[in-house]
Amino acid sequence: MDMPITVEISDASGKQGDIDVIFDYFKYIEEKFSVYKPNSEITKINNGEIGENERSEDMKTVFSLSEETKQETNGYFDIVANNGKFNPSGLVKGWAIYNTAEILKKRGFKNFYVEAGGDIQVKGKNSKGGCWKAGIRNPFKTQEIVKSVCLRKNEGIATSGTYIRGNHIYNPKDRSKKIDEIVSLTVIGPNVYEADRFATAAFAMGKEGIAFIEKLSGFEGYMIDKNGIATMTTNFEGYL
Amino acid sequence: MKRLTLSLLLAATFGAYAIYVKIGVDKPAELQQSVTTAPQNAVPSANISNRGKYKDGEYTGNVEDAYYGNVQVKILISNGKISNVQFLDYPQDRETSVRINSQAMPYLKQEAIQAQSASVDIVSGATNTSQAFIQSLSSALSQAL
Repeated sequence: MDMPITVEISDASGKQGDIDVIFDYFKYIEEKFSVYKPNSEITKINNGEIGENERSEDMKTVFSLSEETKQETNGYFDIVANNGKFNPSGLVKGWAIYNTAEILKKRGFKNFYVEAGGDIQVKGKNSKGGCWKAGIRNPFKTQEIVKSVCLRKNEGIATSGTYIRGNHIYNPKDRSKKIDEIVSLTVIGPNVYEADRFATAAFAMGKEGIAFIEKLSGFEGYMIDKNGIATMTTNFEGYL
Repeated sequence: MKRLTLSLLLAATFGAYAIYVKIGVDKPAELQQSVTTAPQNAVPSANISNRGKYKDGEYTGNVEDAYYGNVQVKILISNGKISNVQFLDYPQDRETSVRINSQAMPYLKQEAIQAQSASVDIVSGATNTSQAFIQSLSSALSQAL
């Protein structure tokens, strides 16, 4: 879960303290859900130190949301990793960003975005009074963007991908199968929690993932295959 | 509407990066979002925070291997803080071959991806904490101490 985080608040009243609260929250999430931390709650769950009934409230929430997502995606979303351990990062990231956006909303902010590891929740307008413009990174040349979308309705956008060295995603329904036909799948949805969990699930479906997003009402997607060919859902171009 | 100052945004961005330079140490970098304490890890380490303690000037970092190519950054320190990061080198040798995938959804629109020059507010992409970026940035910052 180690990842860079960016927060931008367009409202004039944004202060350092508001940013600090967001980062403190992400640190809290990291300490609890990172499978790379030896003392995180998820690590202790995985090595048996913490039993199912001893899980914290937030952990129980994440497990419950994960089970729900697994049902909704016919098993393509599964927090059990190939090593048999729980790794909920495919859902926690979007959920955590969503929660920080709620924190900012409660503080009265109307125009901002929170971005963590390439997943984004926007609200309101950018500092120029226009839509928040999100670029989709080129999986083959990560300094380039290949698409620019205009987010006008407080959407969330999330991208699942495997173009980083050592980052393999496996099909949970056939764990010997690495997903390698597609390299990037971007989902735009009503919020970043939804976009993230479905981007994670859809990616595990390989090329069929874009068809899954097409069938989901209220979501649009842009999938890039290993040859640099993109496939988009029917109303994706409404975001251009 | 007033944006938060650029330095605040950059502080937020860089403050959250893994701060450690992993010189021969193979363990996951920790997320640090607070810039109040300097993290202690491999010795020597360059602490990437943006608290105004760097000497003003331009500094060029080392060339680092990012698997798909090299990464090298040049930074500008103004008023003791990072005010600009420029990529002198980045992975750019991946070919984008155009071969129509016959198994793709025939009823969904397809296109060959193309670089866009539109300026955007944010970028969505797969998580790519780039160790090479952090190392090049670190080597630049260590010159500015």
